[in-house]
Amino acid sequence: MPRMVLTGNHAVSYAVKLARVQVIAIYPITPQTAIVEKLDEMIESGEFDADIIHVESEHSALAAAYGAAVGGARVFTATSSHGLLYMYEVLWWVAASRMPMVMVVVTRAIGPPWNIHTDHHDIMSMRDSGWLLAMAENNQEALDLTLLAYRVSEDPRVYLPVAVGLDGFILSHTAEPVDVPEQSIVDRFLPERRQPYTIEPGTDVSMGNIFSDEYFEELRMDMQKSMLEALNVIREAGREYGRLTGRSYEKLVDCYKCEDADYLFIGIGSWMGDAKIAAEKLREEGLKFGVARLRWIRPFPVDELLEAASGKKLLVVMDRSISMGHTGPLYADVSGATGSRVPVYGVVAGIGGVDVSYKDFVSIGKWAVERLEEEGVTHLPLTWYHNGVFNYMYPVKL
Amino acid sequence: MVIVDPHGHLLPLSRAARGAAGRTGSWRTKKPLLNESRCVGCLVCWLFCPENTIDIVEVDGKSMPRIDYEYCKGCGVCAQVCPTKAISMVEEGG
Repeated sequence: MPRMVLTGNHAVSYAVKLARVQVIAIYPITPQTAIVEKLDEMIESGEFDADIIHVESEHSALAAAYGAAVGGARVFTATSSHGLLYMYEVLWWVAASRMPMVMVVVTRAIGPPWNIHTDHHDIMSMRDSGWLLAMAENNQEALDLTLLAYRVSEDPRVYLPVAVGLDGFILSHTAEPVDVPEQSIVDRFLPERRQPYTIEPGTDVSMGNIFSDEYFEELRMDMQKSMLEALNVIREAGREYGRLTGRSYEKLVDCYKCEDADYLFIGIGSWMGDAKIAAEKLREEGLKFGVARLRWIRPFPVDELLEAASGKKLLVVMDRSISMGHTGPLYADVSGATGSRVPVYGVVAGIGGVDVSYKDFVSIGKWAVERLEEEGVTHLPLTWYHNGVFNYMYPVKL
Repeated sequence: MVIVDPHGHLLPLSRAARGAAGRTGSWRTKKPLLNESRCVGCLVCWLFCPENTIDIVEVDGKSMPRIDYEYCKGCGVCAQVCPTKAISMVEEGG
């Protein structure tokens, strides 16, 4: 298994090649563009055989990938920020058509004002669309999760599209050592493409006609059932990937020192690496922190989360996006799942790419424990951490 | 006709079938009436009907339109386009 030094973008490109993707439809947007530049290079040099469709917008990029997928091809597209928003209508079409496909979202803030740095508002806007959502912590995961995504998406128990997120620039443009699996290993892991139906010229079916309202609702219920089924499909595929590569993805929640911790940081993406360093520093000062990083947010791994949270004194949910007028979306998900079992604080930070280092996580950890022990407040839904200041921005303390 | 995949998933697919979207029922307020003595069999109505509910029938060796009231929505396009004013819209049940 060759070890290469790859940016997050290029790690994704290698995964797409290894997955033997047949059709790529793309529109460029920073910081995602390098993924397809690399794929173009691979095709040009003859090491990879796929068709690239250069379209005129992201709406068309996803629509073209969708059409090719319906026709029977394994497809790929990638986007960021405004590009993802422009795809928004098609996202729902792909999911409710039960069409397997994989997209990579290199996360980036949404303007105005213009900003190309990471936060999670773009990928979080997909939460309700019927796509499975995974988020990488590092470049190795960007590659591995992309391969896993094809296997899960094309599993007949799931048949839903999957988006894999990675943080813009922090991962997309930073090079790290990455183990790139051999083609023969990936071929054993990833069977021939399966999909619920194909439509080609001459096929006597139409898609998206008007149906009865009852059937419409039953179709949505079937999607939710498949989402639940996907929890086990991910575990099964993640275990198999571990057997073949030595890197298991059986867990949807990556727990770092959760077991003996009193307090947990919960979050997604690359900044959870900083949270892990902070957990070490806080432990040196007698505060036993751990990190429960959600590798998947849809389906929401509520069973693993409850297990990790069991017996803890406090969960500190770190959101890199906010549902304006309420809280961070992860806070809402986590507190909704845990209910009154355990105190939960929600902290929003790092919006528009504002740097959040392990030192900030140390401050946030200390601040949270102080609030809990001195004020006895069990639920602080939204504190916006900015430039070292804790701004409480919720109408009540619970 | 809806289509379910072999694994039991419900799909947003359909096959063309007569009345797949249901019969018109009672909600049509006006219906087109054909005055056969004025009709010249040009079939412009058949061409324009947005619901494909005008059929062509042979009458004395001539192609003539026949309106299928089971699926006609009463939109009035046929009456509007008829060059000889052979179709008039009348109150339903009147």
